[in-house]
Amino acid sequence: MAGSSPLIGVLALQGDVREHERVLDTLGVPHTQVRTTAELETVDGLIIPGGESTVIDKLTRIFAMRDPLRARISLGMPVFGTCAGLIMISDRLSDATHDQQTLGGLDVTVRRNAFGSQVESFETTLRAPEVSPDLVEAAFIRAPIVEQVGPDVRVLATLDDGRIVAVQQGNIVGISFHPEISGDLAFHRYFVGLVADTLAPAHA
Amino acid sequence: MKNMAKSNPEIGTDRVKRGLAEMLKGGVIMDVVTAEQAKIAEDAGAVAVMALERVPADIRAQGGVARMSDPDLIQGIIDTVSIPVMAKARIGHFVEAQILETLKVDYIDESEVLSPADYVNHIDKWKFTVPFVCGATNLGEALRRINEGAAMIRSKGEAGTGDVSEATKHIRKIKGEIRALSSMSEDELYVAAKELQAPFALVQEVARTGALPVVLFTAGGVATPADAAMMMQLGADGVFVGSGIFKSGNPAERAAAIVKATTFFNDANAVADASRGLGEAMVGINVSDLPAPHRLSERGW
Repeated sequence: MAGSSPLIGVLALQGDVREHERVLDTLGVPHTQVRTTAELETVDGLIIPGGESTVIDKLTRIFAMRDPLRARISLGMPVFGTCAGLIMISDRLSDATHDQQTLGGLDVTVRRNAFGSQVESFETTLRAPEVSPDLVEAAFIRAPIVEQVGPDVRVLATLDDGRIVAVQQGNIVGISFHPEISGDLAFHRYFVGLVADTLAPAHA
Repeated sequence: MKNMAKSNPEIGTDRVKRGLAEMLKGGVIMDVVTAEQAKIAEDAGAVAVMALERVPADIRAQGGVARMSDPDLIQGIIDTVSIPVMAKARIGHFVEAQILETLKVDYIDESEVLSPADYVNHIDKWKFTVPFVCGATNLGEALRRINEGAAMIRSKGEAGTGDVSEATKHIRKIKGEIRALSSMSEDELYVAAKELQAPFALVQEVARTGALPVVLFTAGGVATPADAAMMMQLGADGVFVGSGIFKSGNPAERAAAIVKATTFFNDANAVADASRGLGEAMVGINVSDLPAPHRLSERGW
């Protein structure tokens, strides 16, 4: 990352945009909100925040962001999705609403609200050795889980019972929980590292 | 403890209660009275629905005591949509809240729209796993509710009127009082806490951070895309729309239009586009024509 820090976009159609910005501020990483195609073109990597996946999906279509997002993802732009963000970058949903679409990118099947209603929402700690030597604090809020992964997908973290809650495929990272709510920096630091690596050849 | 990975997942923590409200930011929460309406709201892009028996405009028109809705109605709505479902309990009615928790609603609104059950005490919201949203007309009231365990605040406005003026007044008041605290010196905060009738620790936190410690939505009288965009420009994190949608001529289109205007609240072209061809807005009542005893925003203490 010597010299130039990558610019991270946070998709700001709906959800906990501010919490992601706070984590990026703490890491000292430049960031900008993304609501339009023009804004999308300026960023080196994109965070899709927590929120309501059905709403984020609709807004990407209403405001003609769906195709530009899919295009950048297919060209290898690094993407990090938390909770609703994970849902948005999954190829398949096992319980989509009747007209729900995703952007895709991760060869996984995801179940929404996999733990039940809000009274089942919980906090815990996770091991994610590739991401951090320390335990990661994780808040699961009406969270999804990854039910099935394709051959090119790496599992980064699971719950005690083996259920998959963090995955990576190439430059795309998706997690069920909210480190931005816990204020845990590990996953964001890891993602910013991925973005910096994709820029490295250009600066070599 | 550092080595005890993944043990003892904890439910009902502050973080997960307040966190769900964070996920709703930038969104519109819509009042619905049937499963069909809930589906229309979800399809239009509502971020959550408020399940109730009568919208505030009808509560106002019909009078009588307004209570928690029938559990069957709430259950029917929970079974129909995948977005979060909220439901209202009367102010101070902790047993209605217990019932709503067993129904597994995602948020309880301890609401002045229903008839109060206790004219002295609000519900002790710390005792619940389910999070609460409460109304407030000023910063002191908001901080008293947070002190009782509220995980989300909505400015009250005047529900069931379609008149946005009270919503404007309350969000301006809360944001203005926050700005005033931010500019005070540390030794002025003691008297500020006394005047706000709010706990000193919370007053100190607001002065330091320049924001409430929980998400702040606005409510009460929002009826058009322009109303919603104005609330967002005044600093709300999101919008509740009660009677404004299903008391209008074309609920599905109006609901979608208010969602668009809430997302692109700073873009007048987008709000203008969202405002086109929506048909009749709810007829509404001017708040200034309401005699004081019929003003719901004065309930809560």
